[in-house]
Amino acid sequence: MGKPKTVIEKIWDKHVVHHEAGRPDLLYIDLHLVHEVTSPQAFEGLRMKKRRVRQPHLTFATMDHNVPTIHRNVIKDEVSKKQMDQLQKNCDEFGIPLADIHHKHQGIVHVIGPELGLTQPGKTIVCGDSHTSTHGAFGALAFGIGTSEVEHVLATQTIWQSEPKTLNVKVDGKLGTGVTAKDLILAIIGKFGVKFGTGYVIEYTGEAIRDLSMEGRMTICNMSIEAGARAGLVSPDEKTVEFLRGRKYAPKEEDFDQVASEWLDLATDEGAVYDATVEINANEIEPQVTWGTNPSMCIPISGNIPNPDNAETESDRNEINHALAYMGLEADQPISTVPIEHVFIGSCTNSRLADLERAASIIKGRTVHPSVRAIVVPGSQSVKTEAEENGLDIIFKDAGFEWRGAGCSMCLAMNGDIVPPGERCASTSNRNFEGRQGAGARTHLVSPEMAAAAAIEGKFVDVRSLPIPTA
Amino acid sequence: MEPLKKHTGLVYPLNRANVDTDQIIPKQFLKRISRQGFGQFLFYNWRFDEKDQLKPDFSLNDPKYTDASILVAGDNFGCGSSREHAPWALQDFGFKVIIAPSFADIFYNNCTKNGILPVKLTDEEVQQLIANAEADDYYLTVDLEEKIVFDSTGFEADFDLAEYPREMLLNGWDEISVTLSHSSKIDAFETKHTVH
Repeated sequence: MGKPKTVIEKIWDKHVVHHEAGRPDLLYIDLHLVHEVTSPQAFEGLRMKKRRVRQPHLTFATMDHNVPTIHRNVIKDEVSKKQMDQLQKNCDEFGIPLADIHHKHQGIVHVIGPELGLTQPGKTIVCGDSHTSTHGAFGALAFGIGTSEVEHVLATQTIWQSEPKTLNVKVDGKLGTGVTAKDLILAIIGKFGVKFGTGYVIEYTGEAIRDLSMEGRMTICNMSIEAGARAGLVSPDEKTVEFLRGRKYAPKEEDFDQVASEWLDLATDEGAVYDATVEINANEIEPQVTWGTNPSMCIPISGNIPNPDNAETESDRNEINHALAYMGLEADQPISTVPIEHVFIGSCTNSRLADLERAASIIKGRTVHPSVRAIVVPGSQSVKTEAEENGLDIIFKDAGFEWRGAGCSMCLAMNGDIVPPGERCASTSNRNFEGRQGAGARTHLVSPEMAAAAAIEGKFVDVRSLPIPTA
Repeated sequence: MEPLKKHTGLVYPLNRANVDTDQIIPKQFLKRISRQGFGQFLFYNWRFDEKDQLKPDFSLNDPKYTDASILVAGDNFGCGSSREHAPWALQDFGFKVIIAPSFADIFYNNCTKNGILPVKLTDEEVQQLIANAEADDYYLTVDLEEKIVFDSTGFEADFDLAEYPREMLLNGWDEISVTLSHSSKIDAFETKHTVH
């Protein structure tokens, strides 16, 4: 037997088309996901050079960033409509399968990939979107690329990449009741910062990761980029296999078990060596809330907002001061006293059926606080349909939530779902950057359960302290 | 893309860490379908108020920086979204070189694919350049062949850039053409590679 390898090295080695010492490798891409915002210039580039798409059947497109979540039959925003029409035209011209706004499989690209079984262990997956790291939950090497690279992959089905360094993020222990994958990844970024993953691919390992559902693993891998890592993944296991069994584009029943055994062989070998390792214990983690303007600015729900006087460096002090001013918060204020006006449950981080079920379990029989506007945006039309079959829409609507169609929506507020200036949103999304949810909007990242609890209370509250709802 | 061998230009100092691509170009401007014309929206929410009027207190709005072509900023520049509209906006505004202690990976790549040179210097060097540029009109020269940054008063610093992007920038090559010269290797790979 050869040298023990990580899952990252195993996938890499199977995809090198061309290797030359001292240069990046030419890496083959198994799945290229495309959406309307980062692709038009790439298709235009192909057209100008009279190039074709090398493997249309390894490419899959949908519309998510721009799409309205209400009144979907008439797109009022003409610029958005133009971008969507352009994607339709490009997919028609180049022969690429497309789930358009009216398609039953339409949804956030990182939700529908796994849902359709396009995402599989061992695949190299790219998309012109930084949250492509989500697909790493399945033991795929998945990373975001820019539009020039989108054009390159369309034309050649390859990409030039230097072999990444490997980083083991090891999470031992168990997450407590009411503490979720979202809290875990926020706590990881809070502890190690927004750039500890730069230049690395992360593998998440340890008991707490193995215990997570596939949805939880997707939430974790999704936010790898918020730690600077282009890709983050989890070794495939039986949960991965069972999630994919029977999915539309998964291997057919007669081949499935054979392929699944190849997937399981991709898991990191005992004794494999990483370039770096960091550790965190899940037992210590509480529900998290971000207070500032990047995801590392997070504290437990029992915590107070930091005081710039306690910052270690001048640069940290400046950052805290900027963030406090933007967020309209006071140093040392308990986060549990901060009132909110908006709740957004959605995004490629937390909009899957399991996320909505957990939020609904908190909402059930309760009412949204009168000062809060709350919306739920399912990650895909399939999630929406399934949720409606299970009556989740009724639970949300009865409580006072708006129930919308699928898309990226208020995560980046491109489609008109905007938080007004100066107002505060408890959001299950992934970025609390300045202006992310609208110019001047103030974003606090939380789990679906914590967002649901905040919707009811009108402020942040420890979801674990709410009485268990009666059925 | 245009080759970039050596560039001398006015420095604009932006003393902020973790400048994300949502700041560089906010999402409301990502709906265009061409690569041109993004410069007017650069750092929009910092440069303009709610009424779309220039904010006089944001330094880039100072007319003395109109011709700046070298941006010097804090750590982890370009983090967040993969939007290539960020380098397009910087380039269209007139920036050819960006200097910082570190860059986010995707943004760094996106720069080199568009003929923008990202230069990593140490924290101390960057702080010195920021201080110089905040004090007075300050010009730097960046030489990609020699991999050095210098000014006329004796500052000089080496930087590193991997050989592959360096060659691409120096020659202004079209990367897809380079890759297509390996077509036979891609063909051969595809005959033995299965995608389920």
